[in-house]
Amino acid sequence: MRAPALLVAAATAVALATGPVSPAGAATGGAEPPAQDWSFSGVFGTYDRGELQRGFQVYAEVCAACHSLDYIAFRNLTDLGFSETEVKAIAAEYEVPAAPDENGEVFPRPATPADRFPAPFQNANEARASNNGALPPDLSLIVEARAGGADYIHAVLVGYSDPPSDTDMADGMSYNGYFPGGQVAMPPPLFEDGVTYADGTPATVEQQARDVTAFLAWASEPNMEERKRMGVMTMIFLVVMTGLLYVSKRRIWSNVH
Amino acid sequence: MSGPNFSNPVVRWIEHRLPVFSFMHHELHEYPTPKNLNYWWNFGSLAGMVLVIMLVTGIVLAMHYTPHVDYAFASVERIMRDVNYGWLIRYIHSNGASFFFIVVYIHIFRGLYYGSYKAPRELLWILGVVILLLMMATAFMGYVLPWGQMSFWGATVITNLFSAVPGIGDWIVTLLWGGFAVDNPTLNRFYSLHYLLPFLIVGVVVLHVIALHRFGSNNPLGIDLRGQQDSIPFHPYYTVKDMFGLGVFLIFFSAVVFFLPNAMGHADNYIPADPLVTPAHIVPEWYFLPFYAILRAIPDKLLGVIAMFASIGVLFILPWLDRSPVRSASFRPIFRIFFWVLLADCVLLTYLGAKAPEGIYVVLARIGTAYYFFHFLLLLPALSIFETPRPLPRSISRPVLDPAGSVAAPAATSKEAP
Repeated sequence: MRAPALLVAAATAVALATGPVSPAGAATGGAEPPAQDWSFSGVFGTYDRGELQRGFQVYAEVCAACHSLDYIAFRNLTDLGFSETEVKAIAAEYEVPAAPDENGEVFPRPATPADRFPAPFQNANEARASNNGALPPDLSLIVEARAGGADYIHAVLVGYSDPPSDTDMADGMSYNGYFPGGQVAMPPPLFEDGVTYADGTPATVEQQARDVTAFLAWASEPNMEERKRMGVMTMIFLVVMTGLLYVSKRRIWSNVH
Repeated sequence: MSGPNFSNPVVRWIEHRLPVFSFMHHELHEYPTPKNLNYWWNFGSLAGMVLVIMLVTGIVLAMHYTPHVDYAFASVERIMRDVNYGWLIRYIHSNGASFFFIVVYIHIFRGLYYGSYKAPRELLWILGVVILLLMMATAFMGYVLPWGQMSFWGATVITNLFSAVPGIGDWIVTLLWGGFAVDNPTLNRFYSLHYLLPFLIVGVVVLHVIALHRFGSNNPLGIDLRGQQDSIPFHPYYTVKDMFGLGVFLIFFSAVVFFLPNAMGHADNYIPADPLVTPAHIVPEWYFLPFYAILRAIPDKLLGVIAMFASIGVLFILPWLDRSPVRSASFRPIFRIFFWVLLADCVLLTYLGAKAPEGIYVVLARIGTAYYFFHFLLLLPALSIFETPRPLPRSISRPVLDPAGSVAAPAATSKEAP
């Protein structure tokens, strides 16, 4: 009958209609980021705790100097495999404004696990003034907010190079082929042994870039593991249920055909 | 009419005073339905179920969302991170919008293929187009609520379209914005309307179903029921078939919700709205792309807006454009070919809507737009006159033609019952 043909056509229409949206909307203007092999990609993907902890160290020691992490609280760090005691100790290294005292004055206090990461700058203007006019974006959603996702973040972090000879570099800008337009206000942030990993992993630029990208992927979607786990269970349930419904349908309809 | 015999005394007591049980029995149980419906007829009830999913998840999201330009984005992130299963509810709702359109577009093209808009179902069809318009308005305003970059700039572009209306355009835009730019009052009223419109959709869906139950479903042969042997009761036959269809739908839906939840969205909408930074490409959600392509295909702003609305408006008068008495494309050889051309045209326009309006894309969008209107305004009326339909079967129960060759004339069999 017509049904199979219509089905194929509808599927094609949906695929064609939805397919080109993302690439067209990508609008990166930069080079295509090379695809990386991430532990968290795929249906069964999970975050690598060691990688996340190293990535957190890179964020805290390097990125946090300019980039905020507004939507992450210290309590969320238990996801990275830290114990609650360790999280308390990490939080205590940061200072946040306390509630006003009896004279209405605001003093800093050590952060607790309930606090969010304090931003490095008071406001956007201060951030721009300290960064050659550029505003360092908040990093809590950076992997979801860029078309290339984790591959793109990784590519930018390792993608600095000398500009092509025909490029006129603006004052204070660095060349990065993966960044739209090629000129980025962020100077190369990662250096060989720029951090000393607690677990002894050699801190190459590539290693740091991978680790901090994984950490930022987690920061963008801390519930990803639960989502995929629940997804697998849901799919199994639905396939069984739909199979039973199909059998029921066949049986009920057997006297019609 | 002999009502069903209820044994439960409570049911009988209520039924005597408020005959809801006989109503449900009549409309959901014994409701005679053509026995030859194929799986394309699943998408109507499926759309109703997706509407319920959207209402339930939307009401829960509204409990946690803050409609204020300073807090909207953060409140959505709170839902994603701190509300129990908030990520699941939001992913169901945001992807549910896309799947709602997939289901409804299939439902519409099924109607186009099998001539379900023809007498006596013209009002049924028109109510469906009203639902489509309400869905589009609801989806557009819902996309604004997270207050990301695409929310803000999409709202700016679409609301600005109304400034093309001669004379009162600027007044309309100011009314939509609640001010002189897309700002907090805009977000507030969009939130209010986004909560209101779905309930209007429910109301029109009720009318849609009342109109449907007047004459019952069309069917793949497009001929009227010739008696009891052609129909089966809705329950259990189509309840179980619809449940199986729902299961298949949920498998596809869950695959996206759990494993590709952001694939149909746009990365820029995870950047908080910034009125000072325009995204490189402002692209609407995929389900608006064909209309966006038509809008941009016309060089004049006002004419572009008119063409965009006319692309839906033409569906309102479709029952009077296609005058052929034969409903189903199965018996209309030329119409059937052009149905597929129209579908391909709509897929092409969807593709072009996502592309930058330059070079070959503009040319193709103009050809695609011209064909779309050519199909409805010229081709269908002409086909009604010049096309020779294939002979129709006598009835659903006897789909094979009489070997003696005494075929029923198409005009005779497809006229509405006297």
